[in-house]
Order: sequence, then C-alpha cells, then structure tokens
Amino acid sequence: MDDLRGEAISKVFPGGARALEQVSFRARAGQVLTLLGPSGCGKSTLLRIVAGLEEATSGRLFLGERPFDGVPTGQRDVGFVFQNYALYPHLSVEDNLSLGLRARGRPRAETAARVRRTAELLGIGALLQRRPGQLSGGQQQRVALGRALVREPRLYLLDEPLSNLDALLRESMRSELKLLFRRLNATVLYVTHDQAEAMSLSDEVLLLDDGRVRQCAPPQELYARPADLFVATFVGSPRMNTWLGECAEGGLQLRGLRLDVPAGPTRRPRLWVGLRPEDVEVRPTPFEGAREALVELAEPLGDRVLLTLRVGGESLRALTPPGARSERLWARLPPERLHWFDGQSGARLDPRPTQAV
Amino acid sequence: MRRVGLALATALLAAWSLAPVAWQLLTAVKPDAQITRTPTVYLPDPPTSRHVTALLARKPMAVYLANSLAVSAVATTLAVGVAALAAAALSRSAAASRDRALLGLLLLALFPPILLLFPLYEGVRALGWVNHLPGLALPYAALNLPLAVWILESGFRQIPRELDEAARLDGLGWLARLARVQAPLAAPSLVTAAILVFIFCWNEFMLALTFMTRDSHKTVTAGIASIGGASIYEIPWGQLSAAVLLATAPLVLLVLVFERRIAGGLTRGAVKG
Repeated sequence: MDDLRGEAISKVFPGGARALEQVSFRARAGQVLTLLGPSGCGKSTLLRIVAGLEEATSGRLFLGERPFDGVPTGQRDVGFVFQNYALYPHLSVEDNLSLGLRARGRPRAETAARVRRTAELLGIGALLQRRPGQLSGGQQQRVALGRALVREPRLYLLDEPLSNLDALLRESMRSELKLLFRRLNATVLYVTHDQAEAMSLSDEVLLLDDGRVRQCAPPQELYARPADLFVATFVGSPRMNTWLGECAEGGLQLRGLRLDVPAGPTRRPRLWVGLRPEDVEVRPTPFEGAREALVELAEPLGDRVLLTLRVGGESLRALTPPGARSERLWARLPPERLHWFDGQSGARLDPRPTQAV
Repeated sequence: MRRVGLALATALLAAWSLAPVAWQLLTAVKPDAQITRTPTVYLPDPPTSRHVTALLARKPMAVYLANSLAVSAVATTLAVGVAALAAAALSRSAAASRDRALLGLLLLALFPPILLLFPLYEGVRALGWVNHLPGLALPYAALNLPLAVWILESGFRQIPRELDEAARLDGLGWLARLARVQAPLAAPSLVTAAILVFIFCWNEFMLALTFMTRDSHKTVTAGIASIGGASIYEIPWGQLSAAVLLATAPLVLLVLVFERRIAGGLTRGAVKG
C-alpha cells in the first residue's frame, strides 16, 4: 500500500468562489486522516477531488510516486461513503453491494462470496433482500459502508458518514468504525465537522478553515499544542477561554486581571491568551495563586459542572467536579497551562523554557 | 361544500370528454335510418351489428391496426431512446446551457408540422420509403423528440446527483449508469413520455395519409379516411363510428394498464433527507 499525497491543491469554482487554497497533505498507508473543519471550509471538496468527482484548479495528487489525478474516476478504486448514503433505491441491498463488482466484470461466485462476507462483517446479512427504503437510518448507513468495503479498495473516502444518525447510534458506530479501520488496515480519508469523531478516529487530523490548512497533527497534539487561535477554539469542548490584552512590563493586562507573560517570543505588544475550561483550578476556599471568582452560571453535564465565572472583569468558564457550591469561589489559572497567541496573526507563541524569566 | 363542487366539476369534465365517445358508440350500433333522422334518435332501437360486420368485410381493419402498432412502437422506442440519451446529458449540464438547449427544442416543437410535409415527402420519396415503415416511423420519432426530452429531462433531474456519483465510483460508464440507475429511477417519466409519444404517433393523420398510399401499408387513421360510401352523397356514419371505436380501444387499454406507473412515486428511499 502507498501513501496518498496532495500537493498545493487549490480549487476555484466557476462562480469564482475559492474552496481550497494551496492545501497539501499526506494520508499514510493504513492510517486514518481526518479532514476536520467548520462547514464550508472545503473539506468535502478536497475529498471529492481525491475521489475524482471534482477537478482541482491546480495542484497534484500522488499515490505513492504515481500521479493519481489523471486516473479516471471509475478506475481510482476508492470506496466512497456519502453523507446521505446515496444507496440505489431500486436495488436490493445485495445488488447495491454487488453493482460495483459486477460493473468491473468480477466472476459471479467471487462477487457473491464477497457480498456475503461484507454483509456479515457489518451485521446486515439478514437484510440482503430488502430495499433501502425498508431500512432504518442505521441500517442504511451500514449498507453504504458495505458498498465501499465490498470492493476492497485501496483508499476509503468517507464524507460525514455518521452525521445523519442519532447521537446514541453515532457513538456506537464511531467505535465500530475505528475497529473496522484497524482490522482492514485501511487507508482512510474521513471528513467530519464533529471534533469528537475526529479525535477518536484519527491517526492524524487535517484542520481546515476557509480553504486553508490550519494545522495537521495527531489529535492529541492538536489539543495540546494548537497552532493558532482558530485551532485552539475549534478543538476541545467546551471551547477554550480566550482573552486579548495589551502586554506591558512582562504582564498581560486584561480587564481587572493581570497575567505574567513568560519571556521569549511570547513578549509581543498585543497577545491572545487561552486556557481550557478543564485546566482551570477551582476551590471553595482561597489557595495560593487563586483569585476570587463569582459564579454567573452553572451548567451540570452529569460527570462535571460547567461554571461560567467572573474573574476581575473577564468571563471564565471552568469544568469542575459536581458538588455543593457557593456564589463565591477561588480560581487559579495555572501558568503552565496557558496558551499564548500573537495578537495580530493568532499564531501560537511558545515560550522557551531555557530562557529564565 | 368544496367536495361537492369538486365532484360536480369532475362529473362535468367527464361528461364533456366522454359524450363524443358515447355518441360514436351509439352511432356504431344504430340502424342507418335512425342515424340521420330528425328529431334525433338517441338510443338505437333495436341495436344492430350490421355496421361492424360491413366494415370488417370491406376494410382490412386488422392490417391498419397492425401497421399503426408497428409504426407507433418503432417511433416511440426511437424517440424515447434518443431522448433518454439527450435528457441524461442535459440533466447534468450547467443550468444556463441546459435551459438554452431546452428552449431550442421547444421552438422546434412549435414549428407547424404542415410546413414540413413537402420537404419530408421529398426526403421520404428520395429514400424510397413511400409505403414503407421507416417513412413514417422516423419523422414521427423526430417530431416527438422535443416533447420526450422535456419530460425525461425533468424526470432525470430529480434523481439525486449523489446516486450518479456513486455509480461513477462503482465503475459504471455513462451507458451503464443510464441503463442501471437513471432509467429505472425515472421509470414513471419514461412511461409517461412513451405513452404520450405513442398516442401522438397513433393519432397522426397528415403524414400517414401522404406517405402511405397502398391499402396494405395504411395506418388506422389513414385507413378510416378511406372509408367512403357508394356515392359521394352517401356517408357511412355507422361504419365510420365502428372504425373510430376500433382505433381508439387500444389506446384506452394502454393508458389503463400504465396509469399506475405514471402516477407512481419517484425516488423514494434514495437518500436520507
């Protein structure tokens, strides 16, 4: 198996709308690369370009060392799962699965065997004679997946495959997909706007916004070291607290709040600082480094409570264990957990621990 | 109140449409003397089968009907087949160029066929197709192409684009996609187009009368026109009515058989909405 590479892919639609700008990526063989981003960021367009359903305005695709963009759509040998499934409504599940094999002239016995194997793998063996209209959403989803799997393609492309399922089913299918991808050792491009899906399924995440790559990294790094302010606020739920302030004399002045700015490249005149709600330390009594915080809102999430606090003049959201609370709490913003971003560009600024403060 | 109004309107419309047919039916079984008598005799007394037997003895009605069937079937197959190719392409074209093409077809359809009669006749004669099936079937197919393209294009356009893309990724070429995905899904449109084209071909008179001069090749409309009386002062109303009924019956049957397909749903269960 080979890696799939995209080099500087741009797409401008006939109307002049720019969907992708200079996007490069590498989907490693046997790994899951997720294209993540808000709707309209170009992630589906990129997937469709890889499938051959759209043509890139410029840029190249390679599978291994061979160019992939010249290969006709029908010969790219990709398994594609559509967001709305796109099952053939007039064909039985069995025929939906086998049409691609029959179109490629595979022997009848081999086709039947593969269809049976795939159906059993996905637990739809009993539904083979039904039509898509007679299936539930979850079953249709499995058939759509089966249609991609049955051909044993060299590349799997999934376009928001779980977005039409209800929350419960989505979660169980997510785990199932992960197991399935691992079992098949499949090379997968997976499009989603759901960061939980991206985090749990991916080996690597390509985060797109407005047609540009914001960051390409394994999920954990995306979370721990977001490349810019957009990534920081897009990844993680509830979203990261961010404040913009003026930097003076080694401190960042916020409304009624001053934070020490570490030395090094972080010393810029204007800075964004971010802190994830789960990183805020909250206690009922004063402790070292803590500031007084007034509770404005408490949203119980079951295992934890999401508090909206007022610290100085700034609003701060914090995740805390459930339990009795007063109106007044004490919150600490651990300096080692703060993320720093340039006030203008929003790019991540890493303090250098070697330079003493 | 609204229901009563609707029922009344339906009854009126049905009466308006069916009255001529009923009149033909009554005339076909009325003795000659009662057909032309004033005041009008509405119900035949007694009903007679004389006209039918006389008609069948004089004219090869079975041959006319068979000719009509052959010409109409060939023309319909051609028209719908070619229109399906055009419609499949048009339904996936950019809106602007698609609309231009459809408008062009509409203009062609509005062109009065009588202006085509003489050029067509010259063409058909030059090809030696006078009194031959293609002489009628080809012009019929061509004249009906715009209508068929319009009907099929709107049918194909309702098929979700993803289905077409799924078929492309499944490795189906354009012809396989048309045959295995688009045509089955647009079956109601196909049936509608086929029936309308077939009816037009079946009813066509002007070209049939001009191009088919031999009795053995006449279609049923031209055949009926050749039914005359013993003298030019005598019109065999009874036989004409019987012939018209014979010519109409197959069409009525055809529509009844396919009525459900026409009204049938389109793309249920294709994609999740």
